[in-house]
Amino acid sequence: MPLNLTQPERDMLAGTHGDATSMAMRIVVATADLLGAESLVEVVSAHIDGCLHHGDGGVEFAEKLVRGGGRVAVPTTLNVGALDLLHPEKIRTTPHNTDMARRQMQAYVQMGAEATFTCAPYQVGHEPGLGQQVAWGESNAIAFVNSVLGARTERYGDFLDACCAITGRAPLYGLHCAENRVAQVIVDASAVPPMLKERDVFYPVLGTWLGLQVGQDIAAIVGLPKTVTRDQLKALGAAAASTGAVALFHVVGVTPEAPTLEAVTGGADLPRVAVSAAGIRNSLARLSTAASDDQVDAIAVGSPHFSLQEFDSLLELLGDRRLRVPFYVCTARGTLHSLEQRGDAARLIRAGVEIIADTCVVVTPILPAKGGVLMTNSGKFAHYGPSNTGYEVLYGSLEDCVESSVHGRVMRNEQVWSW
Amino acid sequence: MVKGRVLIPGEAVGPLLRLDHPISFWGGVDPVAGTIVDPRHPNYGASITGTVLAIPSAVGSSSSSAIMLELVREGTAPAAILLGRADAILSLGVVVGCELGYTSVPIVELPVALQEQLTQGARVRVGADGSVSEGP
Repeated sequence: MPLNLTQPERDMLAGTHGDATSMAMRIVVATADLLGAESLVEVVSAHIDGCLHHGDGGVEFAEKLVRGGGRVAVPTTLNVGALDLLHPEKIRTTPHNTDMARRQMQAYVQMGAEATFTCAPYQVGHEPGLGQQVAWGESNAIAFVNSVLGARTERYGDFLDACCAITGRAPLYGLHCAENRVAQVIVDASAVPPMLKERDVFYPVLGTWLGLQVGQDIAAIVGLPKTVTRDQLKALGAAAASTGAVALFHVVGVTPEAPTLEAVTGGADLPRVAVSAAGIRNSLARLSTAASDDQVDAIAVGSPHFSLQEFDSLLELLGDRRLRVPFYVCTARGTLHSLEQRGDAARLIRAGVEIIADTCVVVTPILPAKGGVLMTNSGKFAHYGPSNTGYEVLYGSLEDCVESSVHGRVMRNEQVWSW
Repeated sequence: MVKGRVLIPGEAVGPLLRLDHPISFWGGVDPVAGTIVDPRHPNYGASITGTVLAIPSAVGSSSSSAIMLELVREGTAPAAILLGRADAILSLGVVVGCELGYTSVPIVELPVALQEQLTQGARVRVGADGSVSEGP
């Protein structure tokens, strides 16, 4: 079936709304064609992942849109850039890359997008509702907006997210359609010890396992407690989107499209996979690449970006102690602002915390250049750390990270994994 | 000869590099060197430049489009890509590259079962109709 465009869409394509809108519509249409979509869908918001500098092609693209009069047509937030614009001295890079990274971030702000610079826009007020059509980039944000908020997006990459924001349209395809959001596999977590399921440290490991297990299939997870937190679901989705292409998962009794198992299976008889002790142990082992437990050179948390609730946990775990091993917390400038208003940012900085805003340690050079072992509580940092930073990684809970930094040696509570 | 669905049209010739595992280009491929840099990937260290790159599926970050664009811009891209499952993310990097005047890279959707009929390392030709054949 050829792609059906409405008159306003044909006008955009023809250049009635300027060169940038026309180019953006050409890219949306080309993508719709290659996905086999029959029409476009209007979106109510966008999250643009394209402001992170991977090379100068991204700057060329964004500035071409600005020169062509590009403006976002719907409320749009921005993902991380390659710079901490609030603390530019924290990034170790060349003047050329700094300049290009800044130009790329500014180009999207010039197009009317909100300067949020966070991979967790859902923590700074961008929360579309159940059933709303959106166009989001950034794999963890895609998993969160689909799964936890119940809004509908496909996996948009750099460039297409911006083109959707400018045209207010996305290809009507995949997860935009209700019939493609039903579960394809049931994941049964009932055998996992209840104590483990209460701990934050479990969820990145479950996500790692899920991504490896289901690839890009939609899982209906049963057997998780109703008390599972947003931060736990965030960590689960981020890890699953790192090891697999998970863009949507349902947690029965928790996420909005899954009040019951039947609601997400449509009564179909689906394959069932149990979360096993062996599977969890394998995924846990995969999150650490360091050869031994006798060295830690830096600690990084906040992927996805740290929430205010996570800062509360950090403050509580830290007490009035000082950190010895460099400790990086990555967050949104919006969250940092709230923290500053409460007076907690200064307290954390005094204790030795390096707060990074607008970006994070695996997308741009922030960690000390000498390398070594990076400890983290993030499945996503653990996954991308070795290739993107050159550091070996050690996975542990937030508490493990704090204790290790305070004591200057690796301290991990292995007891929590006894099963 | 096997035949898939054309995602990005074009013709290309190159040695077949078939990856047994999915890959995220972001975090998995260095666009300047054109090599696989994810140490966990079985093809770690392999150069993808000029190859006919067969991938079971793309995984991971949506920033992979940007890495694809940089590969095209740097001249380190594969000669063609065979994707087990259609995915907008890599194709998009090529579509945007064309808007910016860079060279195109043909992409064909070719199920893994058909990818496996091709010999690893053999010189293969990708045709404008989505055909993929071995031989000179």
